[in-house]
Amino acid sequence: MYPALLPFFEWCEATGIGRTIRESLWMFPILEAIHLVGLSMLGGALLVVDFRLLGWGLKDGTIADLNRQARPWLLGAVALMLGTGVLLFLSEAIKCYYNTAFWVKITTLPVALGFTLAIKDRFARNATYTSADSQLVASADILLWFIVAAGGRWIGFS
Amino acid sequence: MLESLWVWPLLESTHVLSIALFVGTAMMMDLRLMGLTFGGVRASDFTSRLLPWTRAGFVVMVVTGLLVFYSNPVRYYHNIFFRFKVLLMILAGLNIWLFHSRIHRKVAEWDLLASPPPAAKLAGAVSFLAWALIVISGRLIAYNWFDCDIQPQPAFVNWAAGCVLPAE
Repeated sequence: MYPALLPFFEWCEATGIGRTIRESLWMFPILEAIHLVGLSMLGGALLVVDFRLLGWGLKDGTIADLNRQARPWLLGAVALMLGTGVLLFLSEAIKCYYNTAFWVKITTLPVALGFTLAIKDRFARNATYTSADSQLVASADILLWFIVAAGGRWIGFS
Repeated sequence: MLESLWVWPLLESTHVLSIALFVGTAMMMDLRLMGLTFGGVRASDFTSRLLPWTRAGFVVMVVTGLLVFYSNPVRYYHNIFFRFKVLLMILAGLNIWLFHSRIHRKVAEWDLLASPPPAAKLAGAVSFLAWALIVISGRLIAYNWFDCDIQPQPAFVNWAAGCVLPAE
């Protein structure tokens, strides 16, 4: 994809951590499983606010309060996913380099993260009621993360 | 049909991605029940406005899960992680039944409390833990470490997986 990056991927694959996980029978499966628990938490923390912004979910309190209370769980889920994700990547970096689904995921991920943590967060802090704008923000959030998640799952199929 | 190039990966992906909707929204309600967050939202707002999403996610999980199961039922039936997952789903189901038939029936008494009564907290904790373990064991079904055709295995493994071994 980006030939200049190949040496970096080779270096990742050669790291001691990458080798240890690759040579272990159970480390990769356990990391994958925890990665999926992170996906559940992340999905919940994103959707609880997105449904509210769409006007199809929780009604109590303010959007700003809901967003503020979901945020630590969102950040925790992101940390769990990044931690396990980096370890999974190190164990099969060269496979990832030649994997289209990986590139779809890894290029969309920073966009989704930036959108959620900056744009959606700022919007939700100031939103008082559901509007066409809030629905657009929530839809974009769901679409971006869907691409990240679907790309991630597809790494294993290609 | 299930052996086609695309159908199985699509089914499996739908099953996996739906955990974000199903387990994700269930976990948010569990956090509310445990009193860990969302104190400004009534517990009944979760059961009336978020639970329909959880149920929709559950329907997708069950339909895709059953189809994946029927692609290779004998293999799954004898998979130790599949069996563990089914037991945990029964536990999660009992917990849901207890919650709705006993604890949630009196929700008016604690609806506004940011910190619900111990029984509700326990139901939330059991649910959270059970679904996390269901996700983990579901993922591990893919691995054949303890399958009946991989022998020898410890006697406990063969018993738990229901393996029928040829007489020696």
